[in-house]
Amino acid sequence: MAQHDYSEITRQGLWKNNPALVQILGLCPLLAVTSTVVNGLALGLATLLTLILSNVTVSLIRHYVSPEIRIPVFVLVIASIVTVIELAMHAYFHELYLILGIFIPLIVTNCSIIARAEAYASKNPVGPAFVDGLMMGIGFAAVLIVLGGMREVLGQGTLFANAHLLLGEMARGFEVIVIEDYRGFLLAILPPGAFIGLGLLIALKNVIDSRQEKRLQTAPAVSTEATAGTA
Amino acid sequence: METSVVLIRHMLVTALLLGVFAVLGTGMVALTHHNTEERIEQNERDYLQRTLNTLIPPSEYDNVLYEDTITVESRELLGSKKPVVIYRARKNGKPVAAILTPVAPDGYSGNIKLLVAIRHNGEIMGVRVVSHLETPGLGDGIDIAKSDWIKSFNGHSLDNPDELGWRVEKDGGIFDQFTGATISPRAVVKAVYNSLKYYQQHRDEIFGLPEQPQKEPSHGAA
Repeated sequence: MAQHDYSEITRQGLWKNNPALVQILGLCPLLAVTSTVVNGLALGLATLLTLILSNVTVSLIRHYVSPEIRIPVFVLVIASIVTVIELAMHAYFHELYLILGIFIPLIVTNCSIIARAEAYASKNPVGPAFVDGLMMGIGFAAVLIVLGGMREVLGQGTLFANAHLLLGEMARGFEVIVIEDYRGFLLAILPPGAFIGLGLLIALKNVIDSRQEKRLQTAPAVSTEATAGTA
Repeated sequence: METSVVLIRHMLVTALLLGVFAVLGTGMVALTHHNTEERIEQNERDYLQRTLNTLIPPSEYDNVLYEDTITVESRELLGSKKPVVIYRARKNGKPVAAILTPVAPDGYSGNIKLLVAIRHNGEIMGVRVVSHLETPGLGDGIDIAKSDWIKSFNGHSLDNPDELGWRVEKDGGIFDQFTGATISPRAVVKAVYNSLKYYQQHRDEIFGLPEQPQKEPSHGAA
């Protein structure tokens, strides 16, 4: 593993091995928080930050931690990082903390973080571990944002409501009313809407993947080989 | 013999290592806590002050609202077994208004925590829902973020309307319910009415008792 293929790490995190769509990890915060884009974005950023910090830390200490205490040390690292993020958020984004507060500590229980620590960061140098955390985090956040957007439009007919809580006063005007005089669609806001929305996203990804595969199969044999070689 | 010495040595080193990581992790959290503590407290006070100011305009009082508080208990009228905070607003030492923090225990799901501001003469200055778990899109209309319904209490008092009027329209009262949700508004109307009753029975006591400052703001994220 002398060479680390960063583009492959990127592809893994964002698409092929997306924490939310393929590994189906971290569903608790995913389903609970994604009622609006802004909530999804905020939790996505917090999770992204946790993933990067925990991957880097775990990678840095990987030679000193003996296998027996590996898991408790990882849990300790992750829990400390999340608590620090929670305190910082409480201090600097108080209004947002009031909305997301109870879900931030739950990042500790997001299995995708310990899964990356155990499966990747504990076996790789800092650079690739950082990129892995970044890409897995972006992949997870992207799903949170898309799902948040779907539920927000369907559920209350707006997009980017409350953006000022995250991005400051200048973002107050970001809210887009997609559907005028919308009475709301309760199912989309309630937890079943989150499950159905996530199911649709997973299905969509599978459709795209299988189309892609078909295209590769029908292509001439030579190019198939060439693609397989670089993938 | 030798293997067991090696084993014990290994165990000790490992345990020590785990201990070191525990100390480092805790140290990091402690350091952050130390550096953010003041700001977090300030945030919570500001937030409380802003919420209280939406009920009583700052021009009408000159004392520090979140310090001039007392705690009282009345499960029957204030809805909670636990002591409930009352904020007292004064100007030049004279009582202006009180903000009660009752709980409506009979919402659709869980307790609805309220702030009820009552002018000294018994008239409602404003009501706000502080925390609730009512159904999004239906019962959450009690929340000022979703609808202005909660403002319909402004200006009313214990005898305006009379007892029969202090209900939702469906039950013959004067307060709206929302489409598809009667339980949440009904619970809020009842809690507000009970707060007024409590206020009438204890008004002199509310303003007369000495200050009992709160250690923790009672209306955090809940």
